[in-house]
Amino acid sequence: MALKIIAKNVTKIFPSPRGRVIAVKGFNIEVNDGEFLCIVGPSGCGKSTFLRILAGLVPPSSGEVRIIPGNKGESKPINNIIFQEYAIFPWKTVRDNVAFGLQMRGIPKNERDKITLEWIQRVGLSKFANSYPHQLSGGMKQRVSIARAFANDPEVLLMDEPLGALDAQTRAVLQEELIRIWEEDKKTVVYITHSIEEAVLLGDRIALMTAHPGTNKAFFDVDFQRPRDLKLTGTPRFAGLCYSIWELLQTEVKQAMEKQL
Amino acid sequence: MRIVKLNELRETHKIVLLLTLLVMWNFAFLVLDLFQSLWVGILLVDFVIIVFLLQQVSLLVPPQRMSTFEKAVAMGFPIILLGSWELLVRGGILHEEWFPPPTRIIVALWNLTVHYDEFTKTSLLGRFWLIPSIFPKEGWEGVKRLFLESHVNATVLRILAGFVCGSIPGLLVGVFMGMNRIVRTMLDPVISATYVVPKITILPLMMLIFDPFGETYQIVTVGIGVFFLVLINTMTGVRDIDPIFLEAARNYGANRLQLFRHVIIPGALPFIFAGLRLGLGVGLVLVIAIEFLRGVKGVGYITWYFWEIMVVENMYGGLIIIMVLGILTTLGLQRLERWVIPWQREEHVLPESLEG
Repeated sequence: MALKIIAKNVTKIFPSPRGRVIAVKGFNIEVNDGEFLCIVGPSGCGKSTFLRILAGLVPPSSGEVRIIPGNKGESKPINNIIFQEYAIFPWKTVRDNVAFGLQMRGIPKNERDKITLEWIQRVGLSKFANSYPHQLSGGMKQRVSIARAFANDPEVLLMDEPLGALDAQTRAVLQEELIRIWEEDKKTVVYITHSIEEAVLLGDRIALMTAHPGTNKAFFDVDFQRPRDLKLTGTPRFAGLCYSIWELLQTEVKQAMEKQL
Repeated sequence: MRIVKLNELRETHKIVLLLTLLVMWNFAFLVLDLFQSLWVGILLVDFVIIVFLLQQVSLLVPPQRMSTFEKAVAMGFPIILLGSWELLVRGGILHEEWFPPPTRIIVALWNLTVHYDEFTKTSLLGRFWLIPSIFPKEGWEGVKRLFLESHVNATVLRILAGFVCGSIPGLLVGVFMGMNRIVRTMLDPVISATYVVPKITILPLMMLIFDPFGETYQIVTVGIGVFFLVLINTMTGVRDIDPIFLEAARNYGANRLQLFRHVIIPGALPFIFAGLRLGLGVGLVLVIAIEFLRGVKGVGYITWYFWEIMVVENMYGGLIIIMVLGILTTLGLQRLERWVIPWQREEHVLPESLEG
């Protein structure tokens, strides 16, 4: 299978008044085309920093990240992020928010409208196409953010704890929706989360990160068959895999907590 | 059911009681002929009784009528105030020369409107009722002449011109200072130092630079007052934009111009409008102050002039017009704000239960 993302020895050091802070240290991943990779790690381990490096928003201090474009003929955007804070613009309607990436790329209005409306429908917000974000609930806002990313059709999708700010029930509903949408056209995804269950439910593979400074701890293959849904979470194999990941992760979590004290 | 009725009965009783108290309280002092010397205290107590009274009434108002009730109270109280003023003057308690009753001020306003001052060649609103007779003879020139003789038009034009001349540069510089740290660090001390100077102080300087008998020095002074407020608020607005929006815009491929148009400007608009509101207030103060000092035309000028020649009700007329101008310009800006910032309109938020 073709490689889509290569990150080699990525290190990020932030200067701070109290000296240098190493956020990520020598982190490596390789993601195949069409693979859903979850990165799990204790809070403060540099997961989000790594994602921003991957997105090109922050340059790495050393190391290399590469996203390999697919067909040379079409010029897709390289990557788009779905943020935990939604980051949809309060001053734009749902429709204009979803169309944002397409508009920035100069896609003609007719085509833009067609794609936008299709994605608004796919995330179930047709009735709210002309609403402003302040009229929507948290779950609906994140759907707008998801539609905005998918509508822009990038080479890879980067998700930074997209469901982290939602309540448990809304999160469960959106997890299933995310699975459904993703399974329809299997885009390459790097998904950051601190929830092991979420990673096992969504991902094809899990990269475990150590406590601060973040580096590789282990990789897990998640070979449950697709299409998946929440029923999977009730199976013994699911629980078993979650627990074996937790066994490895807990030392890191404890270490992270001690550092905070 | 019975209990509710009993309660309601008690509320109405209280209302009757308070009303009686209100009448008796005032009546007692009238009979004793103490109103003249104690009227301030008496009216204060009246106010307190009315507050209690309306509080009782509000308990009887059904929730769906509450906003109508509140509107009625908000409209009613100024009318009560004006009514008491009128009565206090009529009753010989307030000095009629210094506090002419509202009815006399209305008459004064009417007289000012229809009067044309031959000597200064001015009128209050411009005699627009002459347009039908003048237009066939003199054409647009004549209409313009009528327009230019108006005190109100002169003041409004100064406010608008100053407002526009101040807010546009304020907006531009504010955005640059908000976006660029170096520009901000360079300009900040200068802005901070000049910001604290009361803007009316620069009037002599402006009269040195520009024709001291023209309009330019007035408009520039007003503009500078507006400029600083718009600048500082715009800068705050730009810096207040959550960096995540800039990150998202960059991630979705926005170039500098697109960033500006789709993120920076709309993101800063609420603050920009706060600046415009403050600027409008200061602009109005400056226009009136300049007209007091130097005016030969304008609402500030007539207010000052009628104080000098002691036609007090006309002075009050000027005051009322300034008030109305303030209200109208503020309302206009509010309308503009609602139109430009539709996403801030408070509408009901969907409950979480509609999720999924």
